[in-house]
Amino acid sequence: MSAPRKPLPAWADVALIPLINVTAAFFISGLVVTAIGENPFEAVRLLLVGALGDLEGIGFTLFYATSFIFTGLAVAICFHAGLFNIGVEGQAYIGGLGAALACLYLGFLPGYSLAFVAIAAAALFGAAFAAIPGYLQAKRDSHIVITTIMFNYIASALMGYLLVKVLRAPAQMNPETPPFPPGGIVPQFHEVLALVGVKWPVTPFNLSFLIALAAALGVWALIWRTRLGYEIRTVGANPTAAVYGGISPARITILTTLLSGALAGGMAVNVILGEEHRLILEYTAGFGFVGIAVALMGRAHPVGIVLAAILFGMLYQGGAELAFDKPKISRDMIVVIQGLVVLFAGALEHMFRRPVATLLARRTAGPPI
Amino acid sequence: METFDAFIVIFGSGIRLGVPLILACLAGLWSERSGVVDIGLEGKMLSGAFAAATVATFTGSAWAGLAGGVLATVAVSLIHGYASIDQRANQIVSGTAINMVADGMTALVGNAIWSQGGRTPQLPATALFNAIDLPFAESFGAVPILGPIYRHLISGHDIVTYFAFALVPMTYWALYRTRFGLRLRAVGENPAAVDTAGISVRGLRYSAVVICGVLVGLSGVYLSIAQAAYFQPHMSAGKGFIALAALVFAKWRPWPALATCLLFGFLDALSIRLQGAVLPVIGPVPVQAIEALPYILTVVLLAGFIGKAIPPKASGVPYVKER
Repeated sequence: MSAPRKPLPAWADVALIPLINVTAAFFISGLVVTAIGENPFEAVRLLLVGALGDLEGIGFTLFYATSFIFTGLAVAICFHAGLFNIGVEGQAYIGGLGAALACLYLGFLPGYSLAFVAIAAAALFGAAFAAIPGYLQAKRDSHIVITTIMFNYIASALMGYLLVKVLRAPAQMNPETPPFPPGGIVPQFHEVLALVGVKWPVTPFNLSFLIALAAALGVWALIWRTRLGYEIRTVGANPTAAVYGGISPARITILTTLLSGALAGGMAVNVILGEEHRLILEYTAGFGFVGIAVALMGRAHPVGIVLAAILFGMLYQGGAELAFDKPKISRDMIVVIQGLVVLFAGALEHMFRRPVATLLARRTAGPPI
Repeated sequence: METFDAFIVIFGSGIRLGVPLILACLAGLWSERSGVVDIGLEGKMLSGAFAAATVATFTGSAWAGLAGGVLATVAVSLIHGYASIDQRANQIVSGTAINMVADGMTALVGNAIWSQGGRTPQLPATALFNAIDLPFAESFGAVPILGPIYRHLISGHDIVTYFAFALVPMTYWALYRTRFGLRLRAVGENPAAVDTAGISVRGLRYSAVVICGVLVGLSGVYLSIAQAAYFQPHMSAGKGFIALAALVFAKWRPWPALATCLLFGFLDALSIRLQGAVLPVIGPVPVQAIEALPYILTVVLLAGFIGKAIPPKASGVPYVKER
């Protein structure tokens, strides 16, 4: 292990190594499917048919992908500043609170202006909830990984209390808010397409997808085309050097966590304002953690994140259909795949680097003597 | 007298809820003291619980279940060790991966074997670690105050519980009174110095990771074949993360770890007990507030408002020889 890592050609670094890593994750997943007595190729076929086989499947796939773009971007923007935000789950949950409060108490706002206010509130609440661990990391040196884990549980307890005791509609058994007024709803694509006469099956796929794509573009522009992005990347690469360059790592840490929390709030826009139209208990369903897998697989680049999010959208939608056809391959399989992607694309990302480097060096240098 | 009895009951269930925390917390302590951060305790606990219940189901033996559970977590620990020590990976990412894979895999395989939504069949009492009555528990139990304490708090636990409590002084002794412990703590603070002294950083960290695997495995064993008589998906329910919080709260020291885990176990018991209760002055108890208390306390401590929690200096930092 003591030899320095050999440099790789750029194409291998950007495309080949990530591809090998993700392939390894899916190969192991295939072995798992085989081990529980099912045919992995049949499983992949069913999964693809379920995810992309018809317009309905595609609608659900893109609906899930929208959530994953938001949570993936939230995790990724922190990666660039050298921060690991495990709290996207809790931040998205609290973002949902912001959206719900706006819809429930500002219902007098005219037309769709309510939706814009609700979207802003989701981002604001997510950002505020992320800001506390961010502040504690920046000013009080508390490790953001631990604090964000704690904040996930604090969010869960807080929302449990609010939904059961405060926000629950009267005469309502389930811990959930009353339905939102129509002005606070983000329209679904099938409704929009119906206006121009195109028929699309009813799916929760909604206009948040466009917001997600805009957010991806915005993150790209921010990270690689602005001064703030340069400062974020500098702090991530070397905080000490950043100080010499006149950048305050504390300020960057707080700003980055704010942005990250706001992006996490985007998931509330997609699910709460776009699908449920009311706030429900534990609506995040682990999607905040999927963001970690998406960000790692997408190499923290918005283009990679959008592609990885669509792949995970396919896994979630296709996985649900697959579990229906093959009860043995339950939806937990998707969590396994997700974990394996984090393991191979994240933790073991350099495992195949040496063999590949050796192989490439041998090819260019000719056979060894 | 009635309140006293109620407190004995709550403390008793606090101990039972604290045991998995103590084991997992000590596991994390060993790992992090050697410089390997472990946020995968939750996943390892789940793997141990699943393997223990599965082996106990097939063999009908609690001890075989224990061996199976511990072996499984040691194997998972070694994956984390390989990533953290040899691959110099981001240890947080590796721990996250372990949590996800364990969460999905245990439910998937359990469901594939028994088709009960991931739950294993109910185990017979012979395949479980049962409560042990210490001598004179019955007769001494009649003595006021001390009697119930002896009978319900000290006696009547299973062997894993007693072992968990014994592990605290053992960990203390091993870490602070042996050469191995000194080296292990040193490798978590300044691995370069340990390396210069001609001691293998890698060897020490791997042994810490294996010890961590054994201990957290026991916490899983406790969950599925001592506390409950089956495995069910997600049954660790965040206990691995509470143990992590306790570890921070105890500032990575064994005796405070015991105290913190018992406190957190007690809070858990209290929130279960107070479900739906109405107290004078306070009114209906917001149990969510008690549930969130361990996390809030840990954040407050981390923020440095009550003391300061400083982790081992080299924890989370892969060791690179030439530097």
